[in-house]
Amino acid sequence: MAVSEEPTYTSTSSESMGGSEILRVEDLHTSFFLPIGELQAVRGVSFSLKRGRSLGIVGESGSGKSVLARSIMCLNLGSNVKTSGSVFFDGRDLLALPRREMRRLWGTEIAMIFQDPMTSLNPMVKIGRQVTEHLRQHKNVNRRAARQIALDLLNEVRISEAESRIDRLPHELSGGMRQRVSIASALACEPSLLFADEPTTALDVTVQHQILNLLSREQRQRNMTMVMVTHDLGVIAGRTDDTLVMYAGKVVEQASTDEIFEKTQHPYTEALMRSIPRTTHASHTPLAAITGRPPVATHLPAGCAFSLRCPYVQPKCHEEDPPLVSIGTSGHKSACWYPVGSDANREAFERNLSDRLPQTLAVAESLDADQGPGIPAGLPDGGIA
Amino acid sequence: MSKILAIRLMRLVVTVIVVSFVTFVGTNVLPGDPVNALIPIDAQQDREFVEQIREEWGLNDPMIVRYGRWLGNAVQGDLGRSLVTGQPVTDEITHRLPITLELMAVAVGFSLLIAVPLGAFTGYREGRRSDRLISGLAQAGLSLPVFVTGLILIYVFALRLHWFPAVGWNRLSDGLGPNLKSVALPALSLAVTEIAVYTRVLRSDVIATLKEDYILSARAKGLTDRFILFRHGLRPSLLTLVTVVGLNIGFLIGGSLVIEYLFAIPGLGKRLFSAIQQRDFMMVQAITVLITVFYVIVNTITDLVYMVVDPRIRRTS
Amino acid sequence: MSSPSSVTAVGGSATEEEPSASSVGRVSRVLRAFAKMPWLTKLCCLWLMVVILAAALADLIPGLADPNYQGFVFGNGNTNEGPTASHWLGTDNVSRDILARLIYGARVSLIFAFSLAAVGIIVGGTLGSIAGYFRGLLETFLMALVDTWLSFPALIGLVFITTMLGMRNLVVLVLVGAMFIWPSYTRIARATALSVSGQAFVTAARAIGTSRKRILVREIFPNVLPALLAYSLVGLPVLIILESTLSFLGLGVEIPTASWGGMINQARQDLLINIWPAVWPAVTLFMTVYSFNNLADWVRKQAAARSAAI
Repeated sequence: MAVSEEPTYTSTSSESMGGSEILRVEDLHTSFFLPIGELQAVRGVSFSLKRGRSLGIVGESGSGKSVLARSIMCLNLGSNVKTSGSVFFDGRDLLALPRREMRRLWGTEIAMIFQDPMTSLNPMVKIGRQVTEHLRQHKNVNRRAARQIALDLLNEVRISEAESRIDRLPHELSGGMRQRVSIASALACEPSLLFADEPTTALDVTVQHQILNLLSREQRQRNMTMVMVTHDLGVIAGRTDDTLVMYAGKVVEQASTDEIFEKTQHPYTEALMRSIPRTTHASHTPLAAITGRPPVATHLPAGCAFSLRCPYVQPKCHEEDPPLVSIGTSGHKSACWYPVGSDANREAFERNLSDRLPQTLAVAESLDADQGPGIPAGLPDGGIA
Repeated sequence: MSKILAIRLMRLVVTVIVVSFVTFVGTNVLPGDPVNALIPIDAQQDREFVEQIREEWGLNDPMIVRYGRWLGNAVQGDLGRSLVTGQPVTDEITHRLPITLELMAVAVGFSLLIAVPLGAFTGYREGRRSDRLISGLAQAGLSLPVFVTGLILIYVFALRLHWFPAVGWNRLSDGLGPNLKSVALPALSLAVTEIAVYTRVLRSDVIATLKEDYILSARAKGLTDRFILFRHGLRPSLLTLVTVVGLNIGFLIGGSLVIEYLFAIPGLGKRLFSAIQQRDFMMVQAITVLITVFYVIVNTITDLVYMVVDPRIRRTS
Repeated sequence: MSSPSSVTAVGGSATEEEPSASSVGRVSRVLRAFAKMPWLTKLCCLWLMVVILAAALADLIPGLADPNYQGFVFGNGNTNEGPTASHWLGTDNVSRDILARLIYGARVSLIFAFSLAAVGIIVGGTLGSIAGYFRGLLETFLMALVDTWLSFPALIGLVFITTMLGMRNLVVLVLVGAMFIWPSYTRIARATALSVSGQAFVTAARAIGTSRKRILVREIFPNVLPALLAYSLVGLPVLIILESTLSFLGLGVEIPTASWGGMINQARQDLLINIWPAVWPAVTLFMTVYSFNNLADWVRKQAAARSAAI
């Protein structure tokens, strides 16, 4: 999503600093054991989330964000998956719970909305039943009552003509409506924590906006805690309280969403921001894509995972993996040896520029475009390559 | 929809004509003079008598004419007379067809009864020890030819334990009990391989279904595994099973011939076998055509059922 | 898909190592694959090797007389004997050595199965590739023929023809079998050829002016072959069962030629007296078919795992 110069915020429930802590993740590791080797999808993620707040988890494909969400919910059910660490939900460690206990939490306390509403709904079952079947199982509701609840939910998620649509099959609805059905289904048992795994990626742009508004509204009204997993910064802008930026299985930056945008610390986050096309750019401005490719999760480089693509990379980055450290007092954390905005960062950029490092040159060119044609400003030594 | 039916019907007719023609020609071209079935060898000395018989049976007319005559009679229900017994072919067929059908139906029914729960169970418990054990047994079941299974069953249950008859058949009209005893071992011989096939197919289908996204959604809603398996997982797999049963009819037909031979069951298969050996070409012709018709109809029904039951396919077709 | 002819459309190697074309590379790869097999599959491979070797080298085994030899002198009248020193598995009801008959019976079954598989691959593969690549009237006609051919159970047809034949040796049986095997292979070949034809490297070859015949031989057929080989692997046990069923019905190779099915049929008469003449061929038959099935399943699992990892 392209954003205009000034991102507009709608204030979420950030005024209330949230209630007690509802979720605390400590040093979560998830690995898949494949024939080709061990795939480390999540490599030591820790964070905490207060009740009523919303968290955005941002990252490229393969960054581990979806695996993180599913690991927290303990939905990685294959026999070749191993998750370690702790996930405290309302004080209980979910990873230590037996399946039977988890099953009581799924759908009732914790729910998830998936990416593709076409495949995440059973194509052969009527949507009415899919919305309330777990409600009937968990809360022992009879069929008539469940049908009424389903109707109410469908109306709540703004599906028109719910009375006739309730008996339809998923393929008879549009993509946006199917996602609304998924949302209704997730909300049926009134969970306190909702995960939305790329809820709008499979939808048209116009519908995306509606769905995101719906989710925000539901979250506010129900005072639900929500975690939104996405690769699109535009989705979280102005909608989530806090943001986690993930790269190659690790959190590289963590802050309130406002600070992520205003005081970007990590080069990767900065690169993500830079890659968003802006309306102030001249037309035909080339997109500032991040050079290189995300690392293959079975063959991670030593040191910082972003080092191969970072415009500020220095020898230390290849050797030591930077830890996630706090910057300032606002709870803003970043994992970089040369955080954006610092002097060390500027020097590193200059050094790389004179060394004619390809990714640094690419960045310099795009900065060029940022300032407008013909005006090479904002560069350390005032010249361009 | 009706267009598809019409096309299929036409294909059926064409196939039947082609196969019956090929069979007709085959019976008459391959070594073995039909006359031998009609007249004992010594009587063949009399040339005139032989010619007379030939004329009577129309054996001297050109092939096309004879085929046309047969086809014309066949569509009116007259399938000729057996060269060996002299009886109308239709009578013998109606007498024997129910036996063969009963054999196949009991075999399929029993197989499904066992294979559906087994397939669902092993699909659900993929990779676990119970799955490996049952799948291994299925592999073994596939590797047993029907006559070996039949012989083993005969030896153990008929010859040694005397629980069931080794040969012969008691008709259903003569009483259910003896009939069941007659059908038990033969049907079981067929069923062993059938169960193996059905279980494997159902298992792989259940495994594939359980990998779908909507199964994960169902899990994330906290639904129990049993609920998910039966209400979400099994439905699409049953579809495949219908298709497999249809596809496996070929095996059933060939297998029942072998079983009827082994257990001396007076069904169509055994009659076909003896008819071929005796060059009773009217009988051969009739049974062959019947088998073809049956086979193509079953395949067509399978295709149609599949198209109707799966709403996704219905939408795109 | 960069290099056309050496690329397989189904289950190509996804490992990091360079696929070596040398025979040493191939042998070492086979050995490594063998090492990774579960123990049961290893046993099955061993059994198959024993059977194949025994069948191939039967003439060279010292002391093993060909029981099919016309002038065969029957044993010293000991019929239906259990295992003895001179007859390791005993004798059948006309006092022929069972072990010898088993080995020669293996020959019949294996030659039947492998020959038909070869016919299927060559004839069916060629016809199917042509149909799938050239399309048009030829394809329509061929597929209609195939559909009609397949609309009849093969066993019945085989019973029909073999009963009519006067002479039935192995060659004749293979020829008759060939008549029934080519349609199914053709169907698979055509389907594969169809999908291969739609791929970029075929269009590319055409774009640089390669003749269609050359494309068929160099690009289409080599990519159809793996699918046919996989089908054959599953088909071999079916063919062995088919041969033994025909022999059991008395329609296989003519007696006194040894064949597993025929041996079982003969042993039926005296089943209550001595089950061993029936047991040995039945067990051998089962073990051989099972070994093929087990191996085929394992190969299929490997291919699936590799294509999933891509």
